[in-house]
Amino acid sequence: MKNTPVKSIVAIAIGAALFFVCGRFVAIPSPVPNTNISIQYGVLALFGAAFGPFVALLAGFIGHALIDFSYGWGIWWSWVIASAVFGLVIGISKNHVKLATEKFDGKRIVTFNIYQIVAHVLAWVVVAPILDIVMYAEPWNKVFLQGFVAALANIVTTAIVGTILCVAYSATKPKKDSLEKK
Amino acid sequence: MMNIFNYIERRSPIHAMTGASKLVCLLLWSFGAMSSFDPRFLFALFVLALVLFKISKIRVADIRFMLWFTFVFCLLNNLLIFLFSPMHGTEIYGSCHEIFHIAGRYTLTQEQLLYHLNVFLKYAATIPIVLLFVTTTDPSEFASSLNRIGVNYKIAYSVALALRYIPDIQREYHDITLSLQARGVEMSKKASLGARLKTASGTLVPLILSSMDRIEVISNAMELRSFGKNKKRTWYRYRKFTAWDFGAMLLGLAVLLISVVLTAFVNHGRYFNPFV
Repeated sequence: MKNTPVKSIVAIAIGAALFFVCGRFVAIPSPVPNTNISIQYGVLALFGAAFGPFVALLAGFIGHALIDFSYGWGIWWSWVIASAVFGLVIGISKNHVKLATEKFDGKRIVTFNIYQIVAHVLAWVVVAPILDIVMYAEPWNKVFLQGFVAALANIVTTAIVGTILCVAYSATKPKKDSLEKK
Repeated sequence: MMNIFNYIERRSPIHAMTGASKLVCLLLWSFGAMSSFDPRFLFALFVLALVLFKISKIRVADIRFMLWFTFVFCLLNNLLIFLFSPMHGTEIYGSCHEIFHIAGRYTLTQEQLLYHLNVFLKYAATIPIVLLFVTTTDPSEFASSLNRIGVNYKIAYSVALALRYIPDIQREYHDITLSLQARGVEMSKKASLGARLKTASGTLVPLILSSMDRIEVISNAMELRSFGKNKKRTWYRYRKFTAWDFGAMLLGLAVLLISVVLTAFVNHGRYFNPFV
């Protein structure tokens, strides 16, 4: 399956819309303020694995910015950028997971999850807190705790939701050598 | 269906402006407000934002819910900062004027109060402008505005598409939830967190699969119409800039310039420091 540019544009749009809907209406609050247990990263992880880094980066960026816009609390750029970073990193997994052509099981599930863990740690424990400190001069221990909680919650949710979604999506794609000659 | 972006149609000079100039103003303004920690400057921005609100004919009653939400968010954030770093102000301003001791490592200092004032004012200076942008800009004009300020039109178009499909996806999500509930799946707070996560992904699977089909359908339709063939495209919502538009962009630029001047020449840093 070749990804035409038009298809990427549409994938960005639908990815951002899904990210928005999941983030805005399916949020489950966590004990730490300003931090939700958010299943939208599971969706973004699927888009990354299926369409690659470019699509997931922009879908995360646009989706997150739209969420911030719709709440009216101002755009929290540091976290919007962190979402984009997550999309970028998980998107790199596309060539290793091969959702469209190979069966998504065992080794590939592990690969996918290693990617999502690395992506979440990078996004929430590195990028978001550092940008918070640089842009908003917040105390480092507060932003790193928020980052740790966000990373942990997101890793768990993505491991559950993202994996289920990838299995379901992969099952709908015809696999290489799925036809046998008799 | 609930209007998520809260666009409120009124007749006012601010509504009549193009989305592009408002977006430029918003970005410059928020960048200016973000980089400075000078309470005098931030307070002036807050007052200016209130004046703009008056001009836009948007009433407080229209946005009460969003204001409330933001206020709680801001309060929690401040509380968290104090809990984690009660001496953050002292670290920033390099001095310590104690007001009174609370308990343990918690001491209230003038520096800390000034820092919290700054954080509060930062919200007060930026939130009204964001709200103003959201309530006075038609979402469908937003995409053409993005293109106008230099974003590639394909990306701008995908923002437009996202805005177009959010209500559809929302409706579909709602339908799927209802049909699951009709089959007796527990989705309310009564279920445990793990169970809710599991049902949430159960809802997501059909939603995602139908969205993947949607991607095929939309991109085929767009390809049939030769989307992306040319370097530029025109927009149905395109409007010419008026004096108000230039005014708004100049205002944004002025805010950013003042912020830079304050940082570079007046305060010699991002913080206004009255303690030295």
